Amino acid sequence: MSPIVFGILAILLVMSGLGVVLARSPIRSAMSLVMTLFFLAVMFLLLDAQLVAALQIIVYAGAIMVLFLFVIMLLNLQEEPAALGRVGLRYGASFIVSLFVLAAAHFLTTGTLQPGNAMADAVAPGFGSTEQIAERLFTQHIFAFELTSFLLLVAVVSAVVLAKKNLQ
Amino acid sequence: MTAAPISWFLVLAAVLFGLGALGVLIRRNIIVIFMSIELMLNAVNLVFVAFSRFLHAIDGQVIVFFVMTVAAAEAAVGLAIIISVFRNRETINADDLNLLRW
Repeated sequence: MSPIVFGILAILLVMSGLGVVLARSPIRSAMSLVMTLFFLAVMFLLLDAQLVAALQIIVYAGAIMVLFLFVIMLLNLQEEPAALGRVGLRYGASFIVSLFVLAAAHFLTTGTLQPGNAMADAVAPGFGSTEQIAERLFTQHIFAFELTSFLLLVAVVSAVVLAKKNLQ
Repeated sequence: MTAAPISWFLVLAAVLFGLGALGVLIRRNIIVIFMSIELMLNAVNLVFVAFSRFLHAIDGQVIVFFVMTVAAAEAAVGLAIIISVFRNRETINADDLNLLRW
């Protein structure tokens, strides 16, 4: 990915991410999150992860965000005047988080991961294709895959039980 | 042709993760806190995909599937809990739900 494209995408990502955190109404937060997910999908596409990009849009921006929007509308959430909490908490949290991010940026840019740069090398044909991912998923990661199906079953059952009218 | 180095992606992911963490810390609406958690999970996905490209290893992309699955399961259960809480307490403000607070 060329540095210019990366820069544009990074700016868009950070702006829409800020929108998620700072928007006063939950609907706007959700819409900003959808934008973030779309820009991330573009980034995945440019990183030779076509299947992941497609799933990002279908599963995340499609299924999961619809679930969020559905709940927001079901509960009829309005704009909140005190959406951001106390002022002291706000500035304290911002300070600590930016400290963390700056420290991470410092270590990541000065560490051993110097621009060598494997990101410029062309990948083998078929890298990130459905075939290659499925082959790895159903051989090396088959146990995790089966556990995942069990996790989904538990999640579905528990969501139904929790959302039922009375819990007796 | 020049390409963006891996460290740029990692720094971008750290920034996105930080934004998500900030959302969890300062927002009072449980649903927005939840969306901030999704933002953090996505930052981690970006790291996985970037390293998958960097190391020319497909496993990073396979792990992203598992992260997405866990995120979907978490969203389903979490939103069911939110609906249940709202039905009982008529609020989803994190400051009002202080029964278990020390």
